[in-house]
Formats: sequence, structure tokens, C-alpha cells
Amino acid sequence: MKSFYRFMGVFLSVSLIFVSAASAMDTDYRMLWGFNPRKTVWFVAQLHLYLGAFVLAMPIFAVIIEYVGYKTGRKKYDLLAYEFTGLLSVAYAVTAALGGLLIFTLIGFYPSFTRYMTDIFGESMLFYALLFFGETFFLYFYYYGWRRLDNLAPLPSFIKLGGRFIGAVGSVLSAGFLFGFFGKYPGAVQPFWFVFFLLASASFFLLKNRKGLHLWGGIWLNLFGTAIMMVANSWVSYMMSPTAYDTNSYEFTGTLMDAVINPLWVPLGIHRMFGNLAFGGFVAGAYAAVRFLGADSDAQRAHYDWMGYVANFVGVCGLLPLPFAGYYLGREVYSNSALMGNNMMGGDFSWTFIMQAMLVGGLFLFSCYYLWTGMGRIPGAEKYRGYVKYLNAAVLVSLAVWITPHNMPLTAAEVAGMGGSQYHPLLKYLGLMPAKNAAVNLIIISTYAGFLLYIRSNRNKKIPIASHGKTARAVILAAALFCILLVGRYGLSLFMLDPASLDLPPDRVQVFTTTAKLLFINCGVILLSTALFFADRGKTAQFIYLGFTIFSVVFFLGPYGFMVMEKASPFLRNIAVSQFIQLLSCLVLVSTFEIFLFRSEHEKPRWGKMPERSQYTLITLCILMTFNMGLMGFIRSGLRTDWHIYGLLRDTSEWAFTPSNYTMTVMVSAISLVFLLGLVLIFWLSDLGEKKAEAPKDDIEERL
Amino acid sequence: MKKFSVLFTASAVVIGSYLFLKYFFSFYLQLPIPASLMKTYMFLIVAGTLLALTADDDSARKLTAPFHSLLFDPSLRRSRNAVFFVLPFLGAFITYQSRPKTEAPVEFRTVHPAPPSSMTAFGKTYNLITLRNPYRELEINDPDNFRKAVEEGKAVYYRNCLFCHGDKLRGKGIFFDAFHNPHPANFQAVGTIAQFQESYLFWRISTGGPGLPKEAAPWLSPMPVWKNHLSEDKIWKVILFLYDYTGHRPREVGGNE
Repeated sequence: MKSFYRFMGVFLSVSLIFVSAASAMDTDYRMLWGFNPRKTVWFVAQLHLYLGAFVLAMPIFAVIIEYVGYKTGRKKYDLLAYEFTGLLSVAYAVTAALGGLLIFTLIGFYPSFTRYMTDIFGESMLFYALLFFGETFFLYFYYYGWRRLDNLAPLPSFIKLGGRFIGAVGSVLSAGFLFGFFGKYPGAVQPFWFVFFLLASASFFLLKNRKGLHLWGGIWLNLFGTAIMMVANSWVSYMMSPTAYDTNSYEFTGTLMDAVINPLWVPLGIHRMFGNLAFGGFVAGAYAAVRFLGADSDAQRAHYDWMGYVANFVGVCGLLPLPFAGYYLGREVYSNSALMGNNMMGGDFSWTFIMQAMLVGGLFLFSCYYLWTGMGRIPGAEKYRGYVKYLNAAVLVSLAVWITPHNMPLTAAEVAGMGGSQYHPLLKYLGLMPAKNAAVNLIIISTYAGFLLYIRSNRNKKIPIASHGKTARAVILAAALFCILLVGRYGLSLFMLDPASLDLPPDRVQVFTTTAKLLFINCGVILLSTALFFADRGKTAQFIYLGFTIFSVVFFLGPYGFMVMEKASPFLRNIAVSQFIQLLSCLVLVSTFEIFLFRSEHEKPRWGKMPERSQYTLITLCILMTFNMGLMGFIRSGLRTDWHIYGLLRDTSEWAFTPSNYTMTVMVSAISLVFLLGLVLIFWLSDLGEKKAEAPKDDIEERL
Repeated sequence: MKKFSVLFTASAVVIGSYLFLKYFFSFYLQLPIPASLMKTYMFLIVAGTLLALTADDDSARKLTAPFHSLLFDPSLRRSRNAVFFVLPFLGAFITYQSRPKTEAPVEFRTVHPAPPSSMTAFGKTYNLITLRNPYRELEINDPDNFRKAVEEGKAVYYRNCLFCHGDKLRGKGIFFDAFHNPHPANFQAVGTIAQFQESYLFWRISTGGPGLPKEAAPWLSPMPVWKNHLSEDKIWKVILFLYDYTGHRPREVGGNE
């Protein structure tokens, strides 16, 4: 025993000397165990992000589903939300462990860079660590408090009153933040944090009964999760778009908040929120699919079929706005550094965006396919089957446009055949932004139309407007008003736009007014559709507005974008926003009409009556999404090229080069594979806990 | 025949699409679709057709029924044998088709190669991320001198750049036909200088074809290394002229949103 202590003493002393010597060395980069620092950090960071995305997404839809259950009084939603949350606790621990590993790899491999970041963000790093206490508390409160708070027993009146008071004051303060009473912030900082603060405040209105208290805890779990994500986002976005530094000495001259509120902070946050939601949905869908395929009974199959359906629905809800959030982020990247922007879309990373288009196109296509196969379980869906091939064609044609590159991979003979040009004389136009925007919009509309047919299949009885109460009418009018404000306000801003503000000559104002007029016509169509709805012609109303939106967004603004590109290129982004706003308005109004237009007189969907291939579709969606996130992670990080902090702190290590697409493919595939295997392990572990809990019941049955 | 209808539909869609893409573009428009793109489109068409035809159980069964019959139906023994006889030859033919060829490989050229973050010229090192045109501020502060600088840039252009990039800056100078892939850049098009900061042009003009990075391979650009022939001042002025003549605006450092 004595020798053991002696050995340990010597071992610890040697280790201590080694560690002190290593830390005393003034080194910028270090190799440990012969690992390639760049690839190691890449690997760990991406794995951490995968799990982080899952952990952040899962509570978002657990709370939404629980709220639906709470409002409709249907227990099955509550059970589903609980099952989703059950997947969380193991994933949460693994995410935290990977986060720790990431920090140590950074300190170990990139000591100078880490020190530089700590000098600027040290306080926010501490704050980040403290936020985990809140996240952990609310996670356990939400998960372990579920059963105890699963009833409508009222809370003491002082809590109810206090909740209302905090809710009201907080909502007013949030509005104050939006309107700039607490300072003006650049970009979308105010709207983003307004939503955050408003949600935090409004959650207090739920403090009426025990279930409300539980939901409040769930919302706060999400708020802490979002805050954690946003703090970490500020570090990575700062690395891409640093602020407040002296352009001569390159020294940081600002405060912590100057660094946090950098140009890409909120755009990246918004993109990640939607991305996480879609990712979480598809991962949960894959979980449900695996359980469906291994189910022993019809009841289990029905449950997991329904779970897969809900998870896919959530995934698609996250997926639909994702191209626009990506466009916004890309636009901000361009605005912040045209060099980085060009490198992203036209330079080194242009081919990765073609790969991304293939993956995202696959996501849309397979999501649609899942819905189409799902029509088989719905009585009454037969009459809509014929439309599937047209929707499929629309998605495919859009997808073909989306993945057509501007600059084609050509053989020498083909180059000679095209007169020595790298561009195809006709197809090159499909590689430009106006064509891509039109294609993406058409994919989204087609996916939405497929979803509309899916839910319409089960709803066959038209409800006359006279049988609706005041609430329904008020909701329809409010939706119409929202759409008119959304479209009309933007139309007005384009109408008043000064060409000089975009560095354009005065005669280009015609381009602005044409687009503005289109948006005003859209407002007219909203009014017409709403009037038709109130005249009991709801289906016609939907048809007209959907048709007009397709015409305006795809067939008018698509080709018009080419003219704009030629004559008023800076206005092209406003064309993209006009397309997005009209599309959003269409989704809101047509969905609102749909809610009040039909009710179901068919029998309920035959849950569990799904072909196995539909379940493999769910698994494919999860894999595609994982690859896509890995690819986009590479692009976001790689855009900094050989800079740790773009333009400010150069990466002088031997691993600073941009890896080839081959290396990227190998790395992303390896990380995705490890993540997916890890996911299987996590689900198995979660399942282990469930089985343990059920064991006594089995025992009792056996004894009986 | 009826049980083959879905398979026939699928085949007709795929073959019909192929013939359309191949012959409509090649013979009618005289603009053949490059092989790499053709493969991508055909992949989409095949995948899309399969997805559409397997979206419901009935159609999926009909689609696979002919294959099932071919494999297991005793009455189709002759057809089965014929297929198994032909299959190896088909495999051999495909293998023969994909034998190594003497043709040069497909080029993945990047049109806007990424500039380095810094470059050296005229005995100085420039940070291309923050570099600005020193004359640009005159546009607002001193319009007369700005015009003068543009005029000087114009003279530089017509003495040096005209031969390749043309008198109207459309890239159609007298050497246009001599230089293939890349052709001289068309500055009037929206995809060239309108997309860049002036620092990008400074880098391209200063270092020319030999200064192109790896991803712009093959290095076929005959653009001279202008830093060996023009002064720094003249390069900045000719950049002013390019934007002034075409009416494009350079992208600003730090954003012009």
C-alpha cells in the first residue's frame, strides 16, 4: 500500500510539473496525443451542436403539445408530450458532457485563441455557466413534476394574482423594449428579444392551476434554453462578424455588449431556432418510426404512427420558414462582408450550396411523400389521390431548378460546344437567385398544398358561415387584417422607397412601384377572399388566394427578378422579402379559412395502418437533416477561411486551410454516423428507464 | 397487360423525359444539356416517379407486381431465363462503357475564386477585408477631383484593358475569340464587378491570371499581372472608371444595407 502511495505521489508530481511547463509555454497551438486539432475541435463541436439542437428543440414541441392537450382536454397529447420529454434527460447530460469536452479541446489545442475570446467574453462565459442552473432546475421540474402537477387543482389566489400582475407589467415592459424605450439596437435585436420577453411575461398568466404551473415551468425551460443558445451564439457570430475594434491596431476597444450585439448574432439565432425545431422533429420522427417497426401490437403501432405524424408535422413547421431564415442570415453575411458573401455563394463554398440544395430538396420531397403515404390511413382521402402526381411534379421541377448550378461542371468537349463558355446559354439563368427564390417558394407552396389536402381528406362536411359564432368571425377578420397589414405595410414602404438609399438612379423607382402595386393588389385579393368566405364560398376564397399567391410569387416576381437583377440589383433582396411576405400571408389566411370551413364526418384516421416504407421515410428524413446540419456547420465555420476571428485574429496554425469538399464529406459523414449511433444509445437508455418503471406491473400480471 | 400498366407509365415518364431533355435541347434548341446536369435531372425524374407511384399501396403493388411475376410465376419461365441470360451482358456493356477514357476530366471551376485575406504588391501588404479605394471618398467630398480621377482611369482602361474587355466593357475586345474559358470578363453583366468590393478588383487586376488561387484551376486566364506594369494609383483609378461607366456600385466594406 505504501508503494502505491509513493507511486501516486511521484506520478502526480510529474504530471503537475508537465502541466505547469505546458501552460507556461507561450504557445498558440498545441497537439495532444497526436490528434489533428482542427478536426478534433470540428468533430466535438458538431456533435455538441447536434445534441444541443435536439435538447433545445424537444422542450419547444413538448410544451406546445402539452398546451394543446391542456386546451382540448385530450389526454393523449399530454402523454405524447411526456414521452418526448422522457427522451430529453439522457440527451441533456450527454450534451453538457460534450460541451465540457469542447471547452477543454479548445483550451488544449488553441490556448491563445481561447484566451483572446475569454478576454472579451469572460463575463458572458460565467453567465452562460450560471444559466445552466436555471435550465437544469426547470428540466427536472418539468419532467419529474409532470405527474404531481397533472391536474387542474387551483393554485392559491395570491399566486394567481401575482402571476397576472407580473404578466401584465412584463408584457408592457416588453412592448416598451420593442418600441425602443430601453435603447435602440441594430437589426432584428429588438423584435427577437421582444418575443422572448413577451413569452416570459405571458407565461405568468398560466399560473391558475397546477397544470398551468407545469406549463409555466416548461416555457421557462425553453426560455433558459434559448438564452443559453443565444449566449453561445454571440461567441461564434462574433468570430464571423467582429465589432468594436481599432482598424489599425486590431485591438478590441468596446464593451462586452458591443461584442455580443454583433451583426450576425440575431440572424444566426433565428436560423438556429427554426433549424433546431426541424431537426428535433425529424429525430423524434425517426424514434417513432423505429418503435413503430418494432411494435408488438396494433395499439403500439397506432401510438407510434401518431407520434411519427406529430413529430413530422413539427419538423415540417420548422422546415417551411427555414429557407427564409437562411436567406436572411446569408443576406446579413453579405452585408457584413461582401468578401465572405462572395466566397459563400460564388467562391469556395458554392458547390457546398448545391449539396445543401439536394439535401433540403430531399427533406421537402420525403416530407411530402410521408404525407401522401399517410393518406392511405384516412378514410375519404381517395378523391384527392389524383392531385399527388401534380404536387410531386411541382416539387420536382422546383428542385431541379434549385440544384442547377450557374457555373456547370463541364468536360472540355462541352466547353468547346458552348463556344468556350463555362455557362450554358439557357440553363445558366436557373443558377441565379431569382430562379432559386421562385423555386423555393413553389416547393413550400406545394408542400403546404399537400398538407392541406391531407387534412382535408378527413374533413368532408362544409360548415355554413351562419353556424359560426362571434369568435370564429372575429378570428377570420383578425387573420385578414393581419395579412393586409403585413403585405400592405411592406408595399407602402416600397412605394415610398428612395432609389438613392439603394445607390440607384431616380428612374429605377418604377421597379419599386411595380412591386408595391403587386402587393396592394394582394391586399385587394385578401379582401375579396375574406368577403367570399363570409358569403359561404370558402373553397373558392382559398382557391383564389392560393392561386394569386402562386402567380405573384412564382410566375410574376420570379421572372421579374431577372429584370431587377439587370437594372436594379440591390433591390433584389426586397423582391425576395416581397415573395416571403406574400407566401406567409397566404399560409396564415388559407389555414385560418381551413379551420372554419370543414368538419369531419368520416371515421377517425386508422392510426397504425401505414406501410413500412413510410416509416423508413421518417428515418431517411432524420438522416438527411443530420447531414444537412453537419454540412451547414462546415460552411458557417469555414467561411472565416484562415481567420479565428474574421479579419482580426488570424489562424496561423498549419491546419488553417479550407478543407476540400472531399475532406468535408468524410468528416460530416463520420460525425453524422457517430451522432446517429449515439442517438440509438440514448434512446435505448431512455427506454431502459421506462421498462424498469413498468416492471412491477408485469410482476403483478404474472402473479395474477 | 393491365397489371403492367403502372410499370409502363413509370417507364414512359422516365424514357419520355430523357428523350425530351436530350433531343429537345440538343436538336431543337441546339443547346445540349451537359452530362453532369443530365445525370442529376434523370436521378430526380427516376426518384420522383418512384415516389409518386409508391405513394399509395395499390399503385405500389401494381408497380412491383411485374417483377414479382417475373421472378416467381411458373408460366414466365422462358422470359425469366431470357432476362437472366441478358443481364450479365448488360453488366458487361455498362462496365465497358465506363472504361478509362483519354478525355480530360470534368472541370469544377469556381467563377468567383476567393481572394486571400491579404496580398503583397508595390512593397506593401494589403488587408483585403478592410481595404478601401482611397479615391472613393472624393465622390462625396470632392466631386470635381473624383471626376478627374475617373477620367484618368478611363485613359488607363483604353490604353491597357480595351483589347480584351472591349470598348463598351462587355468583355468583347479584339482578343475575345482568342481566349477561351475564361473569356474576358463582361463588366456590364450583373454577375461580375457589381458583386464585389473594390478590394477584390484591386487583387484581381494586380495579380492577374497567375495570381488566381487553386480553386480557379485550370489557370487559363491570360490576364497580365498588372502590378508589374501599372502603378497602385492607376489601378485604383481604373477601378473607379469601371464602376462609373457601367453604373454598378461596388459593395461596401462592412455592408451598405
